[in-house]
Amino acid sequence: MTTHQADAPSNARELLFGELWDYAPAPESTSHVRLSDHYGHFIDGEFVEEGEPFKTINPATEEPLAEIRAADEALVDRAVQAARRAWEEVWAPMPGRERAKYIYRIARIMQERARELAVVESMDGGKPIKESRDVDIPLAAAHFFYYAGWADKLDYAFPGATARPIGVAGQIIPWNFPLLMAAWKLAPALAAGNCVVLKPAETTPLTAMLLAEIIQEAGLPPGVVNIVNGAGATGAAIVNHPGIDKIAFTGSTEVGKIIQRALAGTRKRLTLELGGKGANIIFEDAPLDQAVEGIINGIFFNQGHVCCAGSRLLVQESIHDEVVRRLKHRIETLRVGDPLDKNTDIGAINSREQLDRIKQLVESGVEQGAHVHQASCALPSRGYFHAPTFFTEVTQAHRIAQEEIFGPVLAVLTFRTPSEAVEKANNTCYGLSAGIWTDKGSKLFKVAGALRAGVIWGNTYNKFDPSSPFGGYKESGFGREGGWHGLLPYLEVN
Amino acid sequence: MDETSTPNEAAPTRLPIQKTYKLYIGGRFPRTESGRYLKIHDHQGVFVADICRASRKDLRNAVVAARNAQPGWAKRVAFNRGQILYRMAEMLEARRDGFQARLVSVAGYTADAARDELSAAIDRLVWYAGWCDKYIQLFGATNPVASHHFNFTFPEATGVVAVVAPQNAPVLGAVSALAPIILSGNTAVIIIDGPAPQLAVELGEVFATSDLPGGVVNILTGLRDELIPWAARHMDIDAIACYGATDEERLLIGQGGAESVKRVKHYDDPDAVAWRQDVYQSPYRILPFVEFKTAWHPMGV
Repeated sequence: MTTHQADAPSNARELLFGELWDYAPAPESTSHVRLSDHYGHFIDGEFVEEGEPFKTINPATEEPLAEIRAADEALVDRAVQAARRAWEEVWAPMPGRERAKYIYRIARIMQERARELAVVESMDGGKPIKESRDVDIPLAAAHFFYYAGWADKLDYAFPGATARPIGVAGQIIPWNFPLLMAAWKLAPALAAGNCVVLKPAETTPLTAMLLAEIIQEAGLPPGVVNIVNGAGATGAAIVNHPGIDKIAFTGSTEVGKIIQRALAGTRKRLTLELGGKGANIIFEDAPLDQAVEGIINGIFFNQGHVCCAGSRLLVQESIHDEVVRRLKHRIETLRVGDPLDKNTDIGAINSREQLDRIKQLVESGVEQGAHVHQASCALPSRGYFHAPTFFTEVTQAHRIAQEEIFGPVLAVLTFRTPSEAVEKANNTCYGLSAGIWTDKGSKLFKVAGALRAGVIWGNTYNKFDPSSPFGGYKESGFGREGGWHGLLPYLEVN
Repeated sequence: MDETSTPNEAAPTRLPIQKTYKLYIGGRFPRTESGRYLKIHDHQGVFVADICRASRKDLRNAVVAARNAQPGWAKRVAFNRGQILYRMAEMLEARRDGFQARLVSVAGYTADAARDELSAAIDRLVWYAGWCDKYIQLFGATNPVASHHFNFTFPEATGVVAVVAPQNAPVLGAVSALAPIILSGNTAVIIIDGPAPQLAVELGEVFATSDLPGGVVNILTGLRDELIPWAARHMDIDAIACYGATDEERLLIGQGGAESVKRVKHYDDPDAVAWRQDVYQSPYRILPFVEFKTAWHPMGV
């Protein structure tokens, strides 16, 4: 029970460098980025600049990056009509092998422009360049590459049934993984033979507009992919448009419910990838070094702006003190700051609004009696930043244990037995993800089977792959993205 | 063969015992708590029986029973669930004469049509029984991720499913709706509102003697209009399967279901003859009521 404490007593010696050994700045170059200072929409193969202007800013500097236009109902209607026309005349009749080649082309051009896309992603969204460079952009390209290969193999995918495309899909994506979410939405829809009207989040439109350029460069027939910018009103115009056959939404559970309600009584199909409050369960027999890294990755990856973040740490009581000691030490080593610096671990919070919400929930944690631990790092004087934070003495009733914070804030709870861990992990309206850390395989399988969540990471966390289905149980939504299962939402299987 | 005579016949030498049709909840046959009833008439308008008109409270009791039964049912090994579905077919075969007689006398079927419906219903149970331990291999996957992880995906039952039953085939419709839902480990609350609804209660008697654990299927006779809004908004129902919905029913189910992000699936309710066709049985009818779980584990030392 106490072996880990014996291995690493709390008075273990540490190397302390203080201020003596700081990192020099290592900013990624932005010289190769070709950004316009104004963007509109991509409709019927052309860039259209109409609609009310708004600005997208760099959350790390609060400086505007470009002026964007918000699509109104008329523009959305043009996009839907272009998609319908393209679907009927070009995309649906096209042989799968030809569709496949277009999608492969998109993947290839994305790879060619990967560095540029990574830099723009970090500038517009605030995520560390090491993540956009090593995770977001390669995975986005891989997603197109994976689904391209399905386009001419759909006849083999559903034994005993025929699969037909649905028509025009309206897709609404969030700001936390802008290009990756665009890829998750577009790639399976196109492979299955549908045309698309996609709306990026209003705070992160830029990589989608670069993707529109790539789609143009790939020679995709006009109207197959249309991208309209704007906020909630633009999204509502897509959801409520009678020419849409299917809505795919990734975002908050609150908005997901609004969309599900709006579609009531219509024949539109729906898939939802919504919020989460993932439990990361650490058993006393876990490999602690790896587990602590898994906890850090689980909650601080992408500033915690991750629907599947491991935002509830469930740690077995016997190792609680040791895990907390290590976490306190580990968060001090995280580098918070310039997203474009290659050494940055935690970049900027995506928006002022989100930063306010995180701060409000942190305050609620303090007010409700949890004990707060925060890294002592200095935060940049400009931009939206939040220090890595975790709470101990958390009870299940606390807001920080129930509500999705969507920021670098972890709630630590304890358990004694595996069944108590499962009960606490499942004690949420969400069911997107969970982590299990143990050296015992039979325990891992048993707990994995009992958790009501769509993605279970055993002795790892926050891993993603185009061939691996992703999506939630309960109020985390329905439908899967990735793999064979990711085709289902975009096909009529009979 | 059919000893239950209707009241307008000449007095028999022996007065037969008539059955009281009640609900089927948690493996028991309770009356509706509301004390309300619906008059059942045969196809010629002659009174047959009073059956329960289930209330909101009955629905909630049924959901409690379904929720309590669900984890245990899902934990049964697939082989065992398959045996129980097969047993349901055995019991229906054993009682088919009674069902056929009432399809004729109450629903107005010809003898041939009644026989065909029972044959199809029994065969369909056998067909779905075999899927219990196979659909996971058809729809599950090991995924070739681009990293050193073992990654696999498998379906699990969604939970508690409310079923708004077909109205066009009293026996075959209910069987066709229930089998693909319960075979994966879901439990069901089925709302029966159609001709010869007492046949659904008799199906409950078949289920109750098939080793199907109490609460896996719960049967409520009543009015769709009355029960659909409560079912749609019930926070402990995970999914709704609705057959032959009107536009208004679609709206109610969609709006109510959004409050707890319910999985909603609508199906046609074809005529009784069409229900016998093979296109109305499919492993793809299992899919709307399962959740796919994907697990990752590192490989290597």
